[in-house]
Amino acid sequence: MTDASPANPVESKRPAIVFEDVSKYYGEVLGVSHVNLTIPPGITSLVGPNGSGKTTLMNLLTGLILPTRGRLSVLGLSPRRPEEFFRRVGYCTQFDSFPKGLTGYEFVANYLALTGLSILEAGNLARKSIERAGLADAADRKIAAYSKGMRQRIKLAQAIAHDPEVLVLDEPLNGLDPLARAETLAQFQTFAQQGRFVMISTQVLHEVDLVADNVILLSQGTVVAEGAIHDVRTEIREQPLQILIHCDRPRALASQLFDSGEVVEARLHPDGGSILVKTRDADRFYLALNRLALEDIAIESVAPADDDVLSVYDYLIAAEDSSS
Amino acid sequence: MTAAQSQWTLWRAQTLAVMRLEWKKSFLPRRGLWIYLLALAPVVIFGLRSAYLAAHAQGADAGDDAQLFASVLQFFFLRLVVFFGCAGIFMNLFRGEMLQKSLHYYFLSPIRREVLLMAKYLAGVLSSVVIFCASVILQAVVLDAHLNSTAFRQSFFNAHGLATLAADLGVTLAACMAYGGVFLTIGVVFRNGLIPAACFLGWEMISSLLPPTLRRLSVIYYLKSLCPIQPAEIASRHNSFLALLSLKVPPASASLSLVALATLTCSLLALASWRVRDMEIDYGTE
Ligand SMILES: Nc1ncnc2c1ncn2[C@@H]1O[C@H](COP(=O)(O)OP(=O)(O)OP(=O)(O)O)[C@@H](O)[C@H]1O
Ligand SMILES: [Mg+2]
Repeated sequence: MTDASPANPVESKRPAIVFEDVSKYYGEVLGVSHVNLTIPPGITSLVGPNGSGKTTLMNLLTGLILPTRGRLSVLGLSPRRPEEFFRRVGYCTQFDSFPKGLTGYEFVANYLALTGLSILEAGNLARKSIERAGLADAADRKIAAYSKGMRQRIKLAQAIAHDPEVLVLDEPLNGLDPLARAETLAQFQTFAQQGRFVMISTQVLHEVDLVADNVILLSQGTVVAEGAIHDVRTEIREQPLQILIHCDRPRALASQLFDSGEVVEARLHPDGGSILVKTRDADRFYLALNRLALEDIAIESVAPADDDVLSVYDYLIAAEDSSS
Repeated sequence: MTAAQSQWTLWRAQTLAVMRLEWKKSFLPRRGLWIYLLALAPVVIFGLRSAYLAAHAQGADAGDDAQLFASVLQFFFLRLVVFFGCAGIFMNLFRGEMLQKSLHYYFLSPIRREVLLMAKYLAGVLSSVVIFCASVILQAVVLDAHLNSTAFRQSFFNAHGLATLAADLGVTLAACMAYGGVFLTIGVVFRNGLIPAACFLGWEMISSLLPPTLRRLSVIYYLKSLCPIQPAEIASRHNSFLALLSLKVPPASASLSLVALATLTCSLLALASWRVRDMEIDYGTE
């Protein structure tokens, strides 16, 4: 079903990471739904809160799980053909578990040996990669005795050891100290400047804000925005927010809100005691609402009706606060 | 080098790499300890018997020993020790790594899932053969330990003794390969392999009591047929209770047995290779 033929003319012409209407359900539980993406080279960051589907998307991309619907390919290759696929793709997973009893060096060297390299070649490459990850001193200690940050580093060393063209990284900065974060991000940047693909997932956009070329915002299993960081911000800014207001005189409130000019749409709720409004600027809307409430309408409650977009909006605000 | 040749070279290198990793894992004492104990059980039984015979200066001739050995091999060693040992080793090749959350390490490497499966199978065969063949050799040594050294040498090294031992080792190898194939497949095809494994155990147990045609559908029938000494011969001579369980059906010829076991193993491995392509990493719900 997801087998993409490398001879497919469209895919081989413009190498990219392509999701075509991909959905994944874990039994009844939604992982991601109807994902359509074409990801160009450079750094792409996948942003979303816990459970939004970042890991699901990355596991789908690397064939660890199979899509319930849809198809995907990386550089025209399907992850269902690991022999070619993983020569060009490296994945640093979120799993914090390792084969038992291995040292950091063995972990990376054995992985390289699985690609068919001789023990000697694998060993040399492994040392180099571990050194790049800043873990040379601890290479010959058992992973079981590593700290969280060291485990993260050895996973990174493994993901880049075979010099892949596509690097998929699930929350790669977790557990790293600020200095290591900066170093690691710089490495990713160098990597991307060579025309390769780097996908980084993160829960907080500002973490990768400065290096990411593109951003994909995920919320509850769907892609809510996608594109160059600046465009995505604008897009979100322009997306109206829905707000539900309970009050004693919904009709009067609706007309007054319209007059204030902060509302693009207002609907009376069938229950007769509330209205659903849409606004483009939440802050100015709340100010206007406060003025009205002070006058003669008793407002019981005000709640965003659209958690998704609101949370995403929060991210972007947070991102801007930290970068300004 | 042609493309096909280099493909095989690659697969061989990858298989060796997997086997090196698996080898380390399967001999870790903690996980495999019960398998070693199981393999030692018949050795201990023979040891106790030898000690008893020696202490009471009681003679049991080498002929008795050979028959005893043959029935323990068929009724205890192959049926229970190798059976459960292989269940422990082979069902864990994939499920065990799912539980330990380490399977993604293999699934993210440029190795075909089919090659990975075969490599893991070979690694399993290697470790089970080492463990259980060592057990057979120890059993044979300890069995005759009560004899004086001349009689021991006579019994152990005379043409029949060594030839029988070689055949016993061959049967053990066949048992590891066949049971290994069964349990590897169960571990790959079923999310929870316990029930199918119990069904298989039940079938192997009751099939000896079934009509001849049905008996031929069990693994143990062919393994028994390959055994160098049939306890049926013992049973008829000693009229023991073993006669009940013994092979009243004539054994299959050695070549037929080998073909049957090989066919079963190959088709199961083909099934498992096909299923492992669709295996998903799911550490959460195990
Ligand atoms: N193996 C699984 N079985 C059942 N449901 C799952 C499984 N893995 C993920 N899910 C569900 O799929 C959704 C997306 O999860 P996912 O792990 O992709 O989120 P995430 O964005 O990576 O979260 P986090 O930031 O915590 O890593 C969640 O609702 C989660 O409960
Ligand atoms: Mg995740």
